[in-house]
Amino acid sequence: MEDPKTNELLGRLLGPAGPEIGCDACFEELDRFVDLEAAGQDADAAVPGLRAHLEGCPACREEHESLLALVREDAGSAG
Amino acid sequence: MSSTTATVRGALRASPVATGSAVLDPESQELLHSLKSSGRAYDDACARLHALLLRGARYEVSRRRRGLTGAEADALATEAADDALLAVLRRLDDFRGLSKFTTWAYKFALYEAAVKVRKHAWRDRELPLEPDVLGSLHGGSPGPEEDVEMRERLEKIAEGMNDVLTPHQRRVLVALAVNGVPIDVLAERLSTTRGALYKTLHDARAKLRKHLEETS
Repeated sequence: MEDPKTNELLGRLLGPAGPEIGCDACFEELDRFVDLEAAGQDADAAVPGLRAHLEGCPACREEHESLLALVREDAGSAG
Repeated sequence: MSSTTATVRGALRASPVATGSAVLDPESQELLHSLKSSGRAYDDACARLHALLLRGARYEVSRRRRGLTGAEADALATEAADDALLAVLRRLDDFRGLSKFTTWAYKFALYEAAVKVRKHAWRDRELPLEPDVLGSLHGGSPGPEEDVEMRERLEKIAEGMNDVLTPHQRRVLVALAVNGVPIDVLAERLSTTRGALYKTLHDARAKLRKHLEETS
């Protein structure tokens, strides 16, 4: 049986398996990516490598989570 | 908006430049147009933009408080919104119209707030940069449920960290991946950027993956 903590540590040490963009490119594309996600469109196809980067970078991941949540909250209150 | 920001923003007025072929939503279009105007319309637009950024900054601070008092959280969110306003005005011509303008602007506020919260949380802490690699990775005795194969994998990674990584790659990997130091905090202490550190982390991970493949 796999230990989740060890599994998580392995993930942090080895990072995402697939190709990923870097932090600067992630910041540049994040707004487009989030708007596409919020609209139910294929953000991963539009910005390849961003999702993998979010797996590997906790800081960018936190900012992505917040931006998506904020945009969804705004859309909810507008609707 | 703070008085410092109000003084500086006058110097950052962007020249009127088309945003590209994307069709903007009416709200984005109106705000962007006003931010590229002058006089009262410009001042009003800056105040609206600052209110938007403050909402974003407060949202992020409240999600990641990490031990902040109410007053610290307020001050930090305001400072983040001020910095984000400067960043947005400075980069207004970079907006390509591929997202809503509000989404584009929010990301600056969230970034500024998130970085400040992380730095605040680590402001008095020493960074654990020197690795006791095997000890860190094993974290004491393995639990009975720990998979033997996984433990062997960790041992190979620890071996690879010593054998194939440069001292800088090892230090960055240990700080970020083992000890959980936030990347912005490490970047500040090492006088570098998040992007440069992530590149180091990425290269270190790639070397470790290769080492695992070759030794498995």
